[in-house]
Amino acid sequence: MNFEYSDEQQQLADSLRKYLAQAYGFEQRKAILQSAAGSSAQAWATFAEMGLTAIALPEADGGFGGGAVELMPVMEACGEALVVEPLLDHVGLAARLLARAGSEAQRAALLPAAIDGSSVLTLAYLEPGQRYELVPQTTTARAEGSGWVLNGAKCVVVGAPLAARLLVSARTGDGVSLFVIDPRAAGVTLNPYRTVDGQRAADLRFAGVRLGADALLGRAGEALPLLDEAVDFATALQCADAIGAMQYANETTLDYLKTRKQFGVPIASFQALQHRMVEMFIHTEQARSMAILAASKVDAGVPAAERQRAVSGAKIKIADAARHVSQEAVQLHGGMGMTEELKISHTFRRLTTIGQRFGDADHHLQRYAGLG
Amino acid sequence: MDLNYSPEELAFRDEVRGWLAANLPAEIRDKVTGYRHLSKDDHLRWHKILAAKGWSVPHWPVEWGGTGWNITQRYIYDEEFGLAGAPMLAPFGPSMCASVLLRFGSDAQKQRFLPRIREGDDFWVQGYSEPGAGSDLAALKTRAERRGDHYIVNGQKIWTTLGHYGDWIFCLVRTDSAAEKRQEGISFLLIDMKTPGITVRPLILMDGGHEVNEVFFDDVKVPVENLVYEENKGWTVAKYLLGHERMGSGAVGSSKRELAALKVLAAREKRNGKPLLEDTRFRDRLTRVEVELDALELTSMRFLDRMRRTGQPPGADVSMLKIRGTEIQQALTELMMQAAGPQAQPFVAVDDGQVDPYVSRLSPRYFNYRKTSIYAGSNEIQRNIIAKMTLGL
Repeated sequence: MNFEYSDEQQQLADSLRKYLAQAYGFEQRKAILQSAAGSSAQAWATFAEMGLTAIALPEADGGFGGGAVELMPVMEACGEALVVEPLLDHVGLAARLLARAGSEAQRAALLPAAIDGSSVLTLAYLEPGQRYELVPQTTTARAEGSGWVLNGAKCVVVGAPLAARLLVSARTGDGVSLFVIDPRAAGVTLNPYRTVDGQRAADLRFAGVRLGADALLGRAGEALPLLDEAVDFATALQCADAIGAMQYANETTLDYLKTRKQFGVPIASFQALQHRMVEMFIHTEQARSMAILAASKVDAGVPAAERQRAVSGAKIKIADAARHVSQEAVQLHGGMGMTEELKISHTFRRLTTIGQRFGDADHHLQRYAGLG
Repeated sequence: MDLNYSPEELAFRDEVRGWLAANLPAEIRDKVTGYRHLSKDDHLRWHKILAAKGWSVPHWPVEWGGTGWNITQRYIYDEEFGLAGAPMLAPFGPSMCASVLLRFGSDAQKQRFLPRIREGDDFWVQGYSEPGAGSDLAALKTRAERRGDHYIVNGQKIWTTLGHYGDWIFCLVRTDSAAEKRQEGISFLLIDMKTPGITVRPLILMDGGHEVNEVFFDDVKVPVENLVYEENKGWTVAKYLLGHERMGSGAVGSSKRELAALKVLAAREKRNGKPLLEDTRFRDRLTRVEVELDALELTSMRFLDRMRRTGQPPGADVSMLKIRGTEIQQALTELMMQAAGPQAQPFVAVDDGQVDPYVSRLSPRYFNYRKTSIYAGSNEIQRNIIAKMTLGL
């Protein structure tokens, strides 16, 4: 039993925090959000230089062979700083899925650029009106000649406006398949926007997009378990991101209670507020325990049901805790907590998004119950 | 990062598990898992079995009969008891009084009391709370006046758990009512409950059970040699005890057992022709408790890991285990009662075969467990502790 991060992990997280403090502070982040790109190429390059893009990829593909546990402290630091770069989608979802599902040629063609940061990858799997369904309902790929023709729509694809390649799930006959596509290909339409927590995302339409045979990842019709595992892995990372955001929310709220004075005393002296602060703290620690469990289970190669149980359990706890902590943090800040001027309102939006992404609490309650 | 027990720890767990399976009397286990109160004989019988194995006081120093186990082993031992439906020994003697004697007692007191506590010869109870001194313990009024080589004790204690089984009671008493700070006039006394002038009066709780008592002291003569540590230094002793051994307060093992029992019950009960366990409304509530319990188990292990690494006691934030642990216990008893639906209404089990005695215990069990967030430092006091000591509020 050992719940400590290794020295290596801690050092990486420390240097990432140091960089973020210097280059991704609250004001700098605001400037990044207001820039035309809505993201920071410089931060992205630094993340790649630090090796963050390589952590969870196999050594054979030029990665470090780590997993969610290795990425946990990285994601916590990103959650604290409210990083809007699509690190989670690139590293935790798309590049890793490509490494697991792709042929040697596909991996060799795409992963070096994913690792050095020169190309962003993301996964398009959600569809309009289908909530968290993993099985594509409207997106189809039909075989034609030696290749495929893709039709349909995807929504809320985080990182899509920045991506060089998209992994897209599509129905092929009775099964689910994954394809790699170039978002600039003929027939692909992007409707880009910013998510409520400041990330770049897009809705996509595919109208008769012609794909070569080499666009198919893995075997046709057999992608669903891979997709399920990939989304679980990303969910575990998101839990760690949430821990960082909650940690920040607690620290800044605690600080505010100690400095804000009313009736001539710091409001920290009021028991009604003290006990609420304690509840935020306990929620966060319980959520942290579940985030640790999820990360270690997605790394352990356990049977799918065991992994799903841990991830859904974690997401239920994290969604509930994120909602509680973010709402209380704003309440304890009073009117100032409502303004864009304080970082806590942005953390509120991040934690709200986290509650909704990769399955909300109800979604995971249902999946958890289905596991017996 | 490694969330698993080591092979040695797993072997230890299996040893405890195997021993409990072979040595826990079925009648006692059935009382625990059937939510019935244990008699004094049950307590003593189980204590003697543990003492014969050398496991009645694992946390004591080895020279006094402790096992020398590390904190992880002690945690595993407690958890296995909970899982097996084995009663924990009442903490008042082996855990509380003994800890005080080991730290503050004279050699003569240790020699006189510790072996008998270890062997289960005396049943100890605790005399702390008073009608006017609950969370504010230092407001206690029970007086002990020095008369030569005796104290004369007058006053009243309340919430004395298993006081009706007690052979001995350790008490906080006021020995100096003129002290400038009220904490400075308190002493720690050991009192033989057979002494004339002591009256024990039951307080029947809303589950109909006799568990707690009022204890009245009317000119009770207590030899001065039964004073522990110095006169008027009892608050130091009390504070030491309050900070002692709170790792087990999450009760993860017994809650896991209760959760399993709840699932069995909810699979048997029907709603709209389907097992209640598959009913979305019910299942979602159950799942949230299950997840909170999973989280609490890992949080407990994180505390153990921190203690192992730092060599320090758990710290004030360990209060969160008591808060969440009792919330989970209460939620489980409530879900149990609700799972039984209308059949949870008969108050007393009857023998005519019409009433399932197990199901009829579920409402009283729910009533009884409201105590958990009140006793051993109410959950509000636990939040005060975290607010002050951990968060600096």
